Amino acid sequence: MKTFRIGGVHPAENKLSAACPIKKAALPKQAVFSLYQHIGAPAKPVVAKGDEVKVGTMLADADGFVSAPVFSSVSGKVAKIDAIVDASGYRRPAIFVDVEGDVWEDSIDRSETLVTLKDRPELTAQDIVAKVKAAGVVGMGGATFPCHVKLSPPPGSKAECVVINGVECEPYLTADHRLMLEKPDEILVGVALIMKAVQVSKAYIGIENNKPDAIKLMTEKAAAYPGIEIVPLQVKYPQGGEKQLVQAITGREVPAPPAIPIQVGAVVQNVGTAYAIYEAVMKNKPLLERVITVTGKSVKQPTNFLARIGTPMSQLIEECGGLPEDTGKVIGGGPMMGKALMNLDVPVCKGSSGLLIMNNKEARRGEIQPCIRCAKCVSACPMGLEPYLLATGSALKNWELVEENDITSCIECGSCQFTCPSNRPMLDNIRMGKSTVMAMIRARNAKK
Amino acid sequence: MSLIWIAVIVLGAVGLIAAVVLFVASKKFAVEEDPRIAQISEVLPQANCGGCGYPGCSGFAGACVKAADAGSIEGMLCPVGGQPVMEKVASILGMEAAAATPKVAVVRCNGTCENRPRVVEFDGVRSCRVALMTGTGETACAFGCLGCGDCVNACQFGAIKINPQTGMPEVDENLCTACGACAKACPRKIIELRPKGPKGRRMVVKCVNRDKGVVANKVCKASCIGCGKCVKACPFEAITLANNLAYIDPEKCRLCRKCEEACPKGAIHAVNFPPRKPKTEAETPAQENKN
Repeated sequence: MKTFRIGGVHPAENKLSAACPIKKAALPKQAVFSLYQHIGAPAKPVVAKGDEVKVGTMLADADGFVSAPVFSSVSGKVAKIDAIVDASGYRRPAIFVDVEGDVWEDSIDRSETLVTLKDRPELTAQDIVAKVKAAGVVGMGGATFPCHVKLSPPPGSKAECVVINGVECEPYLTADHRLMLEKPDEILVGVALIMKAVQVSKAYIGIENNKPDAIKLMTEKAAAYPGIEIVPLQVKYPQGGEKQLVQAITGREVPAPPAIPIQVGAVVQNVGTAYAIYEAVMKNKPLLERVITVTGKSVKQPTNFLARIGTPMSQLIEECGGLPEDTGKVIGGGPMMGKALMNLDVPVCKGSSGLLIMNNKEARRGEIQPCIRCAKCVSACPMGLEPYLLATGSALKNWELVEENDITSCIECGSCQFTCPSNRPMLDNIRMGKSTVMAMIRARNAKK
Repeated sequence: MSLIWIAVIVLGAVGLIAAVVLFVASKKFAVEEDPRIAQISEVLPQANCGGCGYPGCSGFAGACVKAADAGSIEGMLCPVGGQPVMEKVASILGMEAAAATPKVAVVRCNGTCENRPRVVEFDGVRSCRVALMTGTGETACAFGCLGCGDCVNACQFGAIKINPQTGMPEVDENLCTACGACAKACPRKIIELRPKGPKGRRMVVKCVNRDKGVVANKVCKASCIGCGKCVKACPFEAITLANNLAYIDPEKCRLCRKCEEACPKGAIHAVNFPPRKPKTEAETPAQENKN
């Protein structure tokens, strides 16, 4: 069984909602569309207060190449363009739409029929990239990097294969798993579109071995699509990290930053993104809904929702049976890389893959003890770094030391902190050190 | 017996040769250093805090000599030693010391536990920089003090401490040397070095919230809401309003305290003034001086 070479941990899987079919979430009364739903420049509003919008109407356009437009996922009236308090507590500009009915733009094909590449032989690579760009598709695994940028390899680099992430290595989350079980053909057509866009003939879909049903179904279906291979992978976190995934599947190692997977010929996308690309290109449907897992040990009904973007998280929690009394933390994303939310009224964004409600017991941090030099963190680090050193160096503000020891290679997966028997808060310090060093490097480069 | 003599002679010879070599080397490779640098270094406090902007006291001494050779030592200030030390430095260099205004670190936030309710609990490392990366900290204010004490750790003089009652850092004016380490350490740029003022009296806007008034009002009872009443009240045009936030220019402020009365939120603080005598019944009672 393939996996990445060094480090990694195996947290308890807790895939509570794995058997729960994707359920359509109810329409919200008011949908809120943040303009910061992707990495890059925020979108520029193109509607004004009082405008009537339909499902699929553009609300804000991309501002620059690394940016993505935002579309309305509901029909109704633009109530205001104001600010919302986002998941980290800061106020960010957003567009508020009061929902009235559910009227879709006529250009969107809402039928369930599968459209394959054979039905649309006229599509060229440029068409696909243009459509993906126009539909505002971003990386759906959580990184929210605008998708069209990844589909246009920079000059001097050549794509050799497409690597699709169906790993879902985060505990608790089951959104991608359910999507693979319920929309396998759509995902495979999406992968074929990505292959055509970057002009390669080989694609691998990596799926961890804890999803045997998805591996079986996808392997059966993939037989009909030339060049697509399903690769079962050993269960290990953080296999969904793109560098780890490329190494697990192709055996190639992505060099230290600023190198990206395309430098070893790989284009990495998530299965959710492949599905969004299918819908954008074949169904003319912009990115306006996504699958999100709402889960947790104390949640009455852990559910996978197909939620419209802009739906408040609090509404999804209500639909799962309300916020449990013993809630300690509500985390946006998975338990390993997710961030605790400051408030529950934040809307579903393009990158919201899950909502994890941790009970008091789970949420509590262990008591911090002195480092006992056991080096478990060193063995667990998938990037081959020395987390104890980086954490201490960052805490002591020894930026030269941490830069020399490749703090910028850290992918912030949290394996070190997870594995530490002394509960050292290593990732807190490493993140701080990494951002400081990155800012120093940027300042240095700007001077040159 | 002869063994001892051999040892004495050999060691004596080695010592003699070494002494000659060292003497020659020290003459030949002697570094010409301006004697004034050493003299200035002697009068400096040797705290090596870097508050002057130079790497340590000897760096500052070197810079002083360079500046004196260029014509003037204006703008050079050892914040720890202050005016007396600068006068000594000037006399070594044979110049007049420029009159420097003594400064003090001022925490421009009054988001105490009472004024600014804590909305979430932060259980990470107690460091403002780490807290800043996870979000707005424990309160909903996106500008105010995070209360994790990075400034306390940065201070080499023990002049700044977190008051456990208010959760806010407080500066001990007698210990503060205005070296600026706390201002540099604060990731939210709340701490400002302001002139101490005559008799230590000064007016300060204790808020840095640049949000609109409605928003700022919601997150903190003591926030500046940018209403501009202080600007109108000020007879000396010392107050400016930018980004929904008032700022008092210490150069122009004449300490008339009109702005303090005008502020509806009590965000303007009069520091080190004697308590006001109630002149009329209608007058509002004086603000408690929190430093």
